[in-house]
Amino acid sequence: MGALSVNLCGIELDNPIIPASGTFGYGYEFAELYDINVLGTFSFKGTTRQPRFGNPTPRIAECTAGMINAVGLQNPGVDKVISEELPKLAKFFDKKVMANVGGFSIEEYAETCRMLDACEQVGWLEVNISCPNVHGGGMSFGTDPNGAAEVVKAVKAVTTKPVIVKLSPNVTDIVSIAKACEAAGADSISLINTLLGMRISLKTKKPIIANTMGGFSGDAIFPVALRMVYQVAGAVKIPVVGMGGVSSAEDVIEMMLAGATAVEVGAANLVNPYVCKEIIEQLPAVMDKYGVKTLGEIIGGAH
Amino acid sequence: MKQVIYTVVSHERIARDVYKMVLAGDTSAITASGQFINLKLDGFYLRRPISVCDYDADTVTLIYKVVGGGTEQMKDMKSGDKVDALTGLGNGFNTAKSGEKPLLIGGGVGVPPMFNLCKRLLAEGKKPTVILGFNSVADVFYEAEFAALGVDVTVTTADGSYGVRGFVTDVMKDLSYTYFYTCGPEPMFRAIDKVAVTSGQYSFEERMGCGFGACMGCSCKTLTGYKRICKEGPVMEREEIVWER
Repeated sequence: MGALSVNLCGIELDNPIIPASGTFGYGYEFAELYDINVLGTFSFKGTTRQPRFGNPTPRIAECTAGMINAVGLQNPGVDKVISEELPKLAKFFDKKVMANVGGFSIEEYAETCRMLDACEQVGWLEVNISCPNVHGGGMSFGTDPNGAAEVVKAVKAVTTKPVIVKLSPNVTDIVSIAKACEAAGADSISLINTLLGMRISLKTKKPIIANTMGGFSGDAIFPVALRMVYQVAGAVKIPVVGMGGVSSAEDVIEMMLAGATAVEVGAANLVNPYVCKEIIEQLPAVMDKYGVKTLGEIIGGAH
Repeated sequence: MKQVIYTVVSHERIARDVYKMVLAGDTSAITASGQFINLKLDGFYLRRPISVCDYDADTVTLIYKVVGGGTEQMKDMKSGDKVDALTGLGNGFNTAKSGEKPLLIGGGVGVPPMFNLCKRLLAEGKKPTVILGFNSVADVFYEAEFAALGVDVTVTTADGSYGVRGFVTDVMKDLSYTYFYTCGPEPMFRAIDKVAVTSGQYSFEERMGCGFGACMGCSCKTLTGYKRICKEGPVMEREEIVWER
């Protein structure tokens, strides 16, 4: 075990850095820039049973220290992901990938996960019950402990791979939802998905995003994400994957002190496509500066 | 795509709210006319995508209009300033389909990418004709630069304060051409599509997140499938465009 390595649900990661779903596609835009095998792993674009175009444009709005997106789970559908994206990925990524799964019904989540369970390349299933940009599904499962538990049970029944449940911050009590997922058999919790937000154009006097609202991410949300990771990590026994506004090696250490076993990096990839590689390179020096010998020893250290 | 730190070598106002900035640095990732570069500006989270007007082995010329906070800040950049850019983004124009006499139509800040395209078509031995459309005389730029390439240039202004009164389509309908290329506002595209008599290519604009295909923020539907304006675009062929978006 190296100083940076961590164990996420029985699979060893060389380092805890994981580009977050929706900011890294299926990997190849970034593989053009650097060898993505330096990553711990990455979480691929949220995949649904059927192909989806997603929402109308504009889907993007800028904010102070962040951005709003309302992409709406655009993806080619799980059949194409398995027949085209994963074989393509195998050519330049040797590690296990995290499969991010979206859905609109419990049956759909289960069916998509069942299909991905058969894929050797997939190490973990990250079940997104928290997308703020789709109606009649997604976040509605993640805002209710019973709904969340139902999805977890249905997915656990069809897979032997570790199931990570990705939670929404747009709830009154995220701890109760995390505990419901743990009780239903989840192997890990990842958080936070984006915060529901909006912008209005002063020129048109109308919302900038065609879908009116969208998910707010970027540097600005880091303290909120950190707080929620701290709360959830203090309440569950399963490992927590922290994300939200992470853009530096210092942020990674802070997230791990709050209780994260691994750390996802999202919006920062869109602004600086090298950010994950740079964080991994900078981690040893930053650890040295703060007297951290191995990352494994600081997980939850702030509690 | 490549990340390059450019140095500003010149920067000047060339029309109302329109600026020309020449950057020095590695241009090897730029391979086609109509590609764009994405600039990181201090204090702004997202980069600013700007089309490439022209480039050579060690400089790239950008022409942009001040339309918001980012470009408002950009206009104050001075010679010697450094700027972080992702370069060589987008597909750019395909010149193989142009035929002998392609027509180039630029509208407002859609004019810049037509310039390198015009040079490239000339270098390929073709005889391009150029129409530049603006709102008013204060907005007009690059007429002399195109004329200096030795091509026929017609300028239109909507208010008739310079050149031909009216729209680019008023000129276009009387010309003969083998193909067309255009960049400009979407209402102009729709008008062109009504009168065009050949195939052609349109360069689109959309709000982007990353500019290199990762976020799916700028997707559109085409008859040949879903495309990302930043990656499979910004240039689309006439036959694949779905106008009812």
